[in-house]
Amino acid sequence: MKNPIKIHTPVTRDICEELRTGDRVLLSGSIITGRDTAHKRLCKLIAEGSDLPVKLDGETIFYAAPTPPGPGRIIGSIGPTTSYRMDEYAPVLMRSGLIGMIGKGKRSAEVRAAIMKYKTVYFGAMGGIAALMSGCVKKADIIAYEDLGPESIMRLEIEDFPLIVINDTRGGDLYEDAVGCHGMVP
Amino acid sequence: MNTIREIPTDIITDTVKGLFLTASSELGEDVLSVIRKAAQSEDTELGKYALEKILENAKVAKDDSLPLCQDTGLAVVFVEVGQDVHVTGGDFNEAVQEGVRRAYTDGFLRKSVCDPITRANTGDNTPAVIHTEIVLGNTIRFIAMPKGGGSENMSSSVMLLPSSGLEGIRKHIIDMVRTAGPNPCPPIIVGVGIGGSIEKSALLAKRALSRRVGEPNLLDTRLSELEREALVEINNLGIGPQGYGGKTTALAVHVEMMPCHIASLPVTVNIQCHVARHKEAVI
Repeated sequence: MKNPIKIHTPVTRDICEELRTGDRVLLSGSIITGRDTAHKRLCKLIAEGSDLPVKLDGETIFYAAPTPPGPGRIIGSIGPTTSYRMDEYAPVLMRSGLIGMIGKGKRSAEVRAAIMKYKTVYFGAMGGIAALMSGCVKKADIIAYEDLGPESIMRLEIEDFPLIVINDTRGGDLYEDAVGCHGMVP
Repeated sequence: MNTIREIPTDIITDTVKGLFLTASSELGEDVLSVIRKAAQSEDTELGKYALEKILENAKVAKDDSLPLCQDTGLAVVFVEVGQDVHVTGGDFNEAVQEGVRRAYTDGFLRKSVCDPITRANTGDNTPAVIHTEIVLGNTIRFIAMPKGGGSENMSSSVMLLPSSGLEGIRKHIIDMVRTAGPNPCPPIIVGVGIGGSIEKSALLAKRALSRRVGEPNLLDTRLSELEREALVEINNLGIGPQGYGGKTTALAVHVEMMPCHIASLPVTVNIQCHVARHKEAVI
C-alpha cells in the first residue's frame, strides 16, 4: 500500500488536480463542520444573496456532528455522516468557493460533475472509528448556528486526519472501482 | 408459580443508564471476534486497513471511555417483563426514559433525536423507542441498542408477492445491500424480518439485530440456510469494508420469521453498521 499523502489546508484546486481516487491522505490544518440543516441554511442565504456566517472560499467542510466533549477533552468522538443528504446543496457550495468535502458514502451524478467542473475533491473518512479520529482534533470552536446543537458549524484544527480520495477531478469513483474490481457477479 | 417480586423504578432507571453507557464505548466480544477474523482473511489492502482501524478504534474507545461512534444513536430498548413482577415507585416507561436521558446527558453522548418536521433537537435523546413484551417469570430483561441513523436509512419494509418465496426474499436482501453500497458503513449486519404484519416484520428485523453476531437462527433450518447463503452472496458483491473493496461487506445475516396473512409476504431488511451495539441485563 502506498504511503499516505500529507496535505495542509487550504486544499487548493492545484492539489485537487493531483489527487487520484484511492489515494490515502493525512490532512492537517483548519476545516469546518456542517451537515443537513446547516447546508440548508447556507444555501438559502446564497440564494438570497445574503452574507454567510462563514466564508466558503478555499474551505474544506466535514459532514460531522461530534459527541460533546467530556471533562478535559477538546472534543468528543467525531466521524463522518452519510454524504448523499448534502448532495442537493454541495454544487451550490462549490460554486461559492468550497473546495474540499469530507464524508462517507456515494455522491450523486450532479455532485461528481461539479467536482470535475470546479476542480474540487470528495474525501472519505471512515465511519465508526470516531474515538480514534477524536485524537486528531487539536482545537474545536462553534462558529455558527449554535442553536443546532451537535449540528452547529464548528471550526476544527486537525492533525493527520486519515482520509481517502473517493471522487477526484477526473471523474474517478473509489466505490465503483471497488465493486468493479472485487465483485463476483454471477 | 413464581412469587410476585417488587422491582423499584429507580433500579430500572439505573440499569438502563448503565447499559447505554457501556454499549456506547464497549464493542461486544461477539462483534470483535468476527471483525478480527475478517481482518485476517480480507484480501484487499484498503479493506484490511479499514478493519484494523475498526479494531484500533474499539480499543481506544474502551480505554478512554469514549463513544465508539459519534452517532450514539436513537435509543432502542427491548424489554421482557415477567408477569410476576410488580413495578413500584413510579411509571415504568418513564423510568426507562429517565435511564436513557441520564446516560446521554451524564455520559456526554450525542443527542440525536429531533422533531421530524422542524428538526428541533429534543435535547436529551428521548424519547427512546421501547418495545415491551410480557413473559413468564419474575424478572425483567433489558436489551439496550443504540441504533445509528446512517445504517437505519438504508433499511426498508416491503410487501413482496407471496409467490416470491425464499428465492425472492434472498434476492431482495442482496438488492438492498447492493443498493446501500458504502453508505451504511460496512461491514454490516443484516437483520431480516419475514412475515407477521408490516410493523411486526420490522420488529422481527430489529430483534434479529440484537442476536449475538453470527449466531444462526436455531429454530428453523430454512432460515439458518438463508442466512448462510445470503452472507456468501453479499460478500461476493465486492463492496468491502467501508466500500473500499473486498470480501468483508457483511459480518452476518440474521433472519427471524413468523406466519403472515395468506395475501401477504411482509419483509423488512434492517441494516446495522459494524458498530453493532447491544448490551443486556436481567434484574
